[in-house]
Amino acid sequence: MNAFLIQFLQAVLLIVLAPLAAGFVATCKARLQNRRGGGVMQPWRNLRKLIAKEVVMAEHASWIFRFAPYVVFTATVMAASCVPAVLVNTPLSLTADVIALVALLALARFFLALAGMDIGTAFGGMGASREMTFSALAEPAMLMSVFVLSLSAHSTNLTTMINHALNAPLVLQPSLAFALAAMVMIAIAENGRIPIDNPTTHLELTMIHEAMILEYSGRHLALMEWAAMIKLLLFATLLIDLFLPWGMATDAGILALTLALALWVAKLFGLLLMLALAETGLAKMRLFEAPEYLSGAFVIAFLGLLTHYMLEVGA
Amino acid sequence: MTAMALAITACGTPLLASAIAPALGGDARRSILCLLLAISGLSAMIGGIQGLLTEPTSLILPLGLPWLPMHFRVDGLSAFFLLVIGTLLLPVAIYSQGYLKGEKRLGALAVFLPLFVLGMLGVVIADDAFTFMLFWEMMSVSSYFLVTFEHERLENRKAGFIYLLMAHLAGLLILGGFAVLYAASGSFEFSVMRAAHLFPFWATAAFLLVAFGFGTKAGVVPMHGWLPDAHPVAPSNVSALMSGIMLKVAVFGFLRVVWDLIGPGDFQWWWGALVLTAGSASAVSGVLFALQQHDLKRLLAYHSIENIGIILIGLGLGMLLAHFGHPLLAALGLIAGLYHTINHALFKGLLFMGAGAVLHVTGTRDMETMGGLIHRMPATALFFLVACVSISALPPFNGFVSEWLTFQTALMAPQLGGALLTAIVPFSAAMLALAGALAAACFVKVFGVVFLGHARSEHVAGAHEVDGWMKLGMAIPALLCLLLGLLPVMFIPLMDAIPASLLHVSLGAHLYEHGWLWLTPVDATHASYSAPVALAGMLGVGGLVYWWLHPKGCRIRRGALWSCGNPHIHARMQYNATAFSQPLRRIFAGVLRPEEHIHVERPAHKLLTRRVRYTVHVGDPAVRHLYQPLARLTLGLAKRVRHEHQRGIHAYLAWTFATILFLLVAFA
Repeated sequence: MNAFLIQFLQAVLLIVLAPLAAGFVATCKARLQNRRGGGVMQPWRNLRKLIAKEVVMAEHASWIFRFAPYVVFTATVMAASCVPAVLVNTPLSLTADVIALVALLALARFFLALAGMDIGTAFGGMGASREMTFSALAEPAMLMSVFVLSLSAHSTNLTTMINHALNAPLVLQPSLAFALAAMVMIAIAENGRIPIDNPTTHLELTMIHEAMILEYSGRHLALMEWAAMIKLLLFATLLIDLFLPWGMATDAGILALTLALALWVAKLFGLLLMLALAETGLAKMRLFEAPEYLSGAFVIAFLGLLTHYMLEVGA
Repeated sequence: MTAMALAITACGTPLLASAIAPALGGDARRSILCLLLAISGLSAMIGGIQGLLTEPTSLILPLGLPWLPMHFRVDGLSAFFLLVIGTLLLPVAIYSQGYLKGEKRLGALAVFLPLFVLGMLGVVIADDAFTFMLFWEMMSVSSYFLVTFEHERLENRKAGFIYLLMAHLAGLLILGGFAVLYAASGSFEFSVMRAAHLFPFWATAAFLLVAFGFGTKAGVVPMHGWLPDAHPVAPSNVSALMSGIMLKVAVFGFLRVVWDLIGPGDFQWWWGALVLTAGSASAVSGVLFALQQHDLKRLLAYHSIENIGIILIGLGLGMLLAHFGHPLLAALGLIAGLYHTINHALFKGLLFMGAGAVLHVTGTRDMETMGGLIHRMPATALFFLVACVSISALPPFNGFVSEWLTFQTALMAPQLGGALLTAIVPFSAAMLALAGALAAACFVKVFGVVFLGHARSEHVAGAHEVDGWMKLGMAIPALLCLLLGLLPVMFIPLMDAIPASLLHVSLGAHLYEHGWLWLTPVDATHASYSAPVALAGMLGVGGLVYWWLHPKGCRIRRGALWSCGNPHIHARMQYNATAFSQPLRRIFAGVLRPEEHIHVERPAHKLLTRRVRYTVHVGDPAVRHLYQPLARLTLGLAKRVRHEHQRGIHAYLAWTFATILFLLVAFA
């Protein structure tokens, strides 16, 4: 029962912390650009404002448009609750392995894109078309890089994979480097960050995520935005889980949990700071260079897989 | 009743239908036809389930050749395919009751549709090569008449001709395969063929013949060229059966001959590699070409190629693993392929029925004229959405379960030896992942363009919902898609008889060692998946959020679309099917080779553009690089021997004499 409680708290922690993480990135970026920024709490304030506001919907939007925010939000939350953040052995990790995790995110994206098509504006279709195109390349790349790790752990179960990484001796595995590189590239693309998409844009011909949710307002918009923030935190946690799991609690003792929580937050700070630095330093790519970036990630991940089979299995 | 009795009932009712229905007139003909087909479907379904649970049963009917009575047998494999056929036939029969209403020319349909069904059922329960080929040809020939149902259109006749040609080429190859097995065993009966020992050379010859034969019929790349032409032009209820089941009957034939008659003991390493490569190629190229279609039914036909590819990836992995002595993992690959077989039958049948409903109401298959149908056909839209989510391999629906099982097979495969084999297994997993993601993109396009947004033409704007029969016909597979996705742990043990008889292993208790909620292919530390828990979690979170965000009296205000300040919004400003797939067309231009033309009209001045017209055509490379050269070659050869036909009687006699002489020398 204790494990279930911790699992629940962990999921709630991810959901509640997600806007803070987004606020942290935005604040870091603002400071790096000599601005004051809205502060870490600003995304929370935005969400509160949106939830309180009235919903205005396009005249002939169908039930898909109203239904989509809930699907997007719940699928993302479900995916997030399967990712261990502090405690490794969580009961829900049996529900969805990494493949199911990727598929849950794909379900969210499917409905996000449908909502974009529903209103029948050029922007909506444009966003949906681009989102599905890029994810068609990003999703297999993500699966490939996860498979590299699953192959050495002989499992697609996240708990088993983390345990394997925790117990494995520290040897340099070239395949892991490939997997990490691909995973970072994919995390950036999947979350619509620079250089693929600009999260701060609201009206640009090259926008992707914003183009799909352009017609949303009120609580629907709040759910969509929140889901995007959770997804960012989810990817950061997944990167930590798969590549830097050291310090995670393997049992539910208070001391171990506190240490694991502190380490997780510290690692998150590091990752998000790096994201802010990269977003400040880099310019957005031209839209038609994005496929090259993504197929690059796919090839890198596949090379990782081959490297694993060629160099590491026999040895 | 036993499984055999039910299977014979399932075969008998369509025969009855093809005899009675043409004699009747008007509504009675349609009702009798649909009723008998529904009975056939129901008995095939129950017979299939019973056959999976009980021991194999055989039957010998004194029909056919005097020295070769017809042998029938219902074992695990045929029972499973009976189940697949029955599960789709029943809803399609119900759907047809509504779909065929007002159809003037029921005559041809009333004869050939039941015969087509009979052919498929007969193939599945046949237990000798003669019976198998008899029913196989019945299936091929009667479906030709269904493809050319609207024979007044030239392209339908053309598609029908190519279909007939390819079906017979396939039939010839399969016949050759049986000939090899007959030569080795000395009997047409499957039981003798199964027991006979095959030399590796003959086993390979038989494998290649039947692999290409059944592969052609199943639409495997690169032999698939006939499929996207033939499937869309048939009436939609027939398209549902052709894509949903007929392709599966070819998969059945492959399993029967290669896995059962030749047997896993005779597999060679490259057989599995060949099947795996063909599967990967079909999966990816099927979906890539599907993305570029704007004819709704043609798009779905291309997706059948993709899904056959996914099935073959599972089976190919199974063949590789069986050869290298991992029967348990091979069984997992086999189960993954079979599970995808029934899943694809359900969602593709449903998709074709949905496309048929749209075609029935709007009179067009062209997606570029559709849009906004969700407002006019809410029920059809909902069922179609279920099928779209299922085929895109998204949880909690069924497509995800079979793809998940295929991934697990690929990931658990140990190193198989040799660099080529080492690379091919992860490569197929990569291709499967790519195909799945592209399929999701394609079905966002289909659903978005057809059902969402604004209507793009007058006749689509005036569409209405279909009748109760058609809705019921679509509701059944939609429900089954969800059930098969939620409770795989209930269905997979039912299929356990198949690996038990083919590979002599059972996945058995491993699958549900953590209870019925969790699907655990080997054990829970390897991988587990629980759709019920995921769905319950999503419903819980969704309900909670909904309750929290809806305080009393909060309403939604409807407003005009935001139009960037432009007062005129036109339905043609929406992204259409061609526009949606443009980025992917550009990325995969090397494979697709689109022929694009941009025509700009500037009548007054070179800076004053009046109209820009963009047309694009994506041809199928199989037609261009395989079918057309073959056709040219055949015609060229025919031209050379043509003058021999016009010689006198003495030349004919000389040829006859030479032939007899040759035969005497050869067989003396």
